Amino acid sequence: MYDAIVIGGGPAGTTAAIYLQRFKKSVLLIMKDAGALGKTKHIDNYYGFEETITGPELLKRGHAQARRLGVEIVNDEVLSIDNSPEYTVKTIKSEYKSKVVLLATGKSQATLKVKGFNDFIGKGISYCAICDGFIYRDKKIGLVGNKEFMLEELEILKNFSKDITIFTDGMDLEADVEEKVVREKILELKGENTVSKVVTKSDEYDIDVLFIAIGSPSASDFALRMGAFLDEKNNVIVDKLFMTNVPGLFAAGDTIGGLLQIVKATSDGAQATVSINRYIKNL
Amino acid sequence: MPIKVTTETFKKDVLESEVPVIVDFWAQWCRPCLMLAPVLEEVEKDLAGKVIVAKVNVDEEGYLANQYRISSIPTVLLFENGQLKTQVIGLMRKEDLIKRLGL
Repeated sequence: MYDAIVIGGGPAGTTAAIYLQRFKKSVLLIMKDAGALGKTKHIDNYYGFEETITGPELLKRGHAQARRLGVEIVNDEVLSIDNSPEYTVKTIKSEYKSKVVLLATGKSQATLKVKGFNDFIGKGISYCAICDGFIYRDKKIGLVGNKEFMLEELEILKNFSKDITIFTDGMDLEADVEEKVVREKILELKGENTVSKVVTKSDEYDIDVLFIAIGSPSASDFALRMGAFLDEKNNVIVDKLFMTNVPGLFAAGDTIGGLLQIVKATSDGAQATVSINRYIKNL
Repeated sequence: MPIKVTTETFKKDVLESEVPVIVDFWAQWCRPCLMLAPVLEEVEKDLAGKVIVAKVNVDEEGYLANQYRISSIPTVLLFENGQLKTQVIGLMRKEDLIKRLGL
């Protein structure tokens, strides 16, 4: 059991892991990829770098620094987080337990961008199988996704219906499924009051609901399932102590919105650890 | 305290209510629904006398959930004078919920 699990290896998560380590807390940093910073070519406005530094280089140095100070880092993808009451973080490769979790996975991922999508949010489009699956017992379920996250949702949905179609929306399917798979890009969603048809180039498919589990789950996906507040831009809402309304669930960096800058992310990460340290002490 | 509403009591408790009624469609297994419960209790306290909060368990009251086309929970409906006035989907903070409901 770790004191804290930090999810996300960007500047917010890595800084938080370093501070927690310095507070003598056992901490595990789980990271998947280089995120937004990994795509940044030039950083000229971050304190102390006389020459331009690239995002990937800054990340590499941050991780080396964290490792030197004793932070345990694993490269893995988090699939689900549960708190009952201790935190269980399930990844593709393993499962970890902790007293608190800090979400620092950056901005929410893009969702399905097709004609009709926005009209049906809450009207047959769902982002959460465990929340809404039950409503669609024995109905025609569509599930958009292509990776482990989709499989995770599929496992839940199988409890409710046998009639499930996977839509990869043109992406490569990186998982084995027994269900019917539609690999063409989705062009449009149709329906009267609620969504009832998925339209691709060569066909149309009847559905009663469309679940979205594209790519990897983002902080807002975790927050939604755990009952943490999100704002209208899907940012995770935290209090002044960087804690969500779910006790022990913290968030920092781009995940909580505001200034999307490294300096703000590192500041968030550091401040969050002060509250995490206090929170753990009071457990 | 929020009242529990069933298919049998819906007409009397919601449609014929003299004060506006917020109806919360929820289920025990839905985490966001459980987190919305204290928010609704606070709304009822803040707007005491001006609004009533009623809860419909979608597992037990499939008819009502169907009739109001509930496709995602939590869904909150506001009824005034027997008419459905607004619909808000998802968990949110008290201030946001009050604003979205137009209260």
